[in-house]
Amino acid sequence: MDVLKKVPVREQDPKVRATNFEEVCLGYNEEEAREEASRCIQCKNPKCVKGCPVSINIPGFIKEVEEGNIEEAAKVIALSSALPAVCGRVCPQESQCEGQCIRGIKGEPVSIGKLERFVADWSREHGIVPEAPEKTNGKKVAVIGSGPSGLTCAGDLAKLGYEVTIFEALHEPGGVLTYGIPEFRLPKDGVVQPEIDNVRKLGVKIETNVIVGKSVTIDELLDEEGFQAVFIGSGAGLPMFMGIPGENANGVFSANEYLTRSNLMKAFRDDYDTPIVAGNKVAVVGGGNVAMDAARTALRLGAEVHVVYRRSEAELPARAEEVHHAKEEGIIFDLLSNPIEILTDEKGWVNGMKCIRMELGEPDASGRRRPVEVKGSEFVIDVDTVIMSLGTSPNPLISNTTKGLDINKRRCIIAEESTGKTSKEGVYAGGDAVTGAATVILAMEAGRAGARGIDEYLSARN
Amino acid sequence: MYRILKAEMLADKIYLMDVEAPRIAKACQPGEFVIVKMDDRGERIPLTICDYNRDKGTITIVFQTVGASTEKMADLKTGDSFEDVVGPLGNASEFVEEDLEEVKKRKYLFVAGGVGTAPVYPQVKWMREHGISVDVIVGAKTKDLLILEDAMREQAGNLYVTTDDGSYERKGMVTEVIKDLVNNQGKQYDVCVAIGPMIMMKFTCLLTKELGIPTVVSLNPVMVDGTGMCGACRITVGDEVKFACVDGPEFDGHKVNFDEAMKRQMMYKSEEGRAILKTREGDTHHGGCGQCGGDN
Repeated sequence: MDVLKKVPVREQDPKVRATNFEEVCLGYNEEEAREEASRCIQCKNPKCVKGCPVSINIPGFIKEVEEGNIEEAAKVIALSSALPAVCGRVCPQESQCEGQCIRGIKGEPVSIGKLERFVADWSREHGIVPEAPEKTNGKKVAVIGSGPSGLTCAGDLAKLGYEVTIFEALHEPGGVLTYGIPEFRLPKDGVVQPEIDNVRKLGVKIETNVIVGKSVTIDELLDEEGFQAVFIGSGAGLPMFMGIPGENANGVFSANEYLTRSNLMKAFRDDYDTPIVAGNKVAVVGGGNVAMDAARTALRLGAEVHVVYRRSEAELPARAEEVHHAKEEGIIFDLLSNPIEILTDEKGWVNGMKCIRMELGEPDASGRRRPVEVKGSEFVIDVDTVIMSLGTSPNPLISNTTKGLDINKRRCIIAEESTGKTSKEGVYAGGDAVTGAATVILAMEAGRAGARGIDEYLSARN
Repeated sequence: MYRILKAEMLADKIYLMDVEAPRIAKACQPGEFVIVKMDDRGERIPLTICDYNRDKGTITIVFQTVGASTEKMADLKTGDSFEDVVGPLGNASEFVEEDLEEVKKRKYLFVAGGVGTAPVYPQVKWMREHGISVDVIVGAKTKDLLILEDAMREQAGNLYVTTDDGSYERKGMVTEVIKDLVNNQGKQYDVCVAIGPMIMMKFTCLLTKELGIPTVVSLNPVMVDGTGMCGACRITVGDEVKFACVDGPEFDGHKVNFDEAMKRQMMYKSEEGRAILKTREGDTHHGGCGQCGGDN
């Protein structure tokens, strides 16, 4: 074996997987995992742990894997993460743990994400479940939203003995894990559902179809339903559009709509009732993970798919692995291009998209070079479907209906980073509802902080 | 599960159901709506809240069958259940939130078209409960498609019924009745609330603009989640793009771009739109579009 290189992970062949919704990455088996684990040099002062938002003891669990103690490895991870099977799949490891790995200086970093995934999958397959505390402390906490931050917060609080109820607006729990990230990247029945079940096994109740702010307000939860604290993990669900002419044409979708139809409503399956427009030629506007997910979903539904992004490849915000997979599958990248108008036929259906070429100028506030229009470089792409993937913003429903809850200009809830404490007593918040659209692992970190904050608050009240 | 306590057919293709949904019954207001899902594989379907009983914890929904999913729903009987009912969604009608004394000073005209009678009913009932007598026009294609007439008569100050074919009471469109009330009977209105088919709301708005009566309409475009997430329900109001689910469903009718809204609705509701959808949705097309019933 070449210690400078990762043990390669088995994947579905790109040509085959471009036509199905099965998981792309097949993960390590035990032999491969132990071999990869042996590449870890067990740093005394491990930088990878500092790169992990929830500070998993990475060398610790890898050591157990190397020695074949997978159950022990799972226990090490469980001390810090409630959703390892999810994070092993969707974390941007290259900019977190693996980005810090010493092995990465001369060769490839240790494949920490794939090892985490292996441990989580092995535990699930071997029926290892978390144990609920024997006795609850009788204190009720409400968690709003069952996405990564809500599940993490609920799980942590349940372990501490709290009686936790999660309120979920949709008919299925999981938040973005369920409606946003596609099956081929994060299997629902195989991975997401079992992780949610693990949280339930800790004693957490999940009530679906409750829109906090409409079905019930936070004040009612606190004053009438006996909850002593509330954690808001309602995410950032409202899609943004560009505001260009033709954007309301038939055949223009938000990535949220497209992905919700496919992932939550299972429109890609014949035996479900919800339809989805496949399109013949689809343009996905944007360059983030959500854009890659939408593009690869449209591809699997049979379309020719172009990702249209205004900067260059180096600035694509998506995870490197997603871009790599998308290219392998045949997604076409139209970079340094920005849509300026969506063209329609007389019935109001999309029949093209006018774009303009861009070039990179000086760095902007984000540190990335600002794209500037090249005068007179307009051109038309021939497409019949456009999917806008420009980001999302928090839903104002909760902030509008909760007295004394402060938000900032971007409609994000203002909360302390280390505790999730908001301007309203007993109310904590974290995840995309606070930061705006970010990642699963950052939301988990915030959920964990919120649980700490709530525990401190309720412990002090006695 | 959300149990159906009563299911009845009001008219051809129009059904009414009382459904157990305690949280919604407790919280809902006129103007809001719900989303229902029949079973684990069903679509999420936005529906009007026609009435509610806070003590019993029930809501009343009314729907018209327009495709495979709603037809399946029409087969549900008393004692059956919906797997999911979520709400209330959208915003309450403006008058619910306003100073009651101000509301009492105004003369309201409610105009209901077809199955749009159902969302108008709780608004008129709210008015009656707050001691306000309002004029109500109900239009239907023909006598057999008229719904909730008796219930509406109980709550309305004056009820004017009209049928397109003259098979019952007045003959003609609702706009004819508005013209008659304003031009011939000397009625004056400060606010008109018009709910019904898009085309009826469009022409009502053209007329009330001419007559100088501010008009509120309630839109029911295509939606998936109903909580602001999908953006499928976007419509243009004045210079702004709004989401019907979280910004509406009620809007200033004189500012709504009905032509665009109709084009978007046609995607799912016209023969042609359905034919286009059928090709574009390929194998995933199973009648979710509306009336075609899919490939079944």
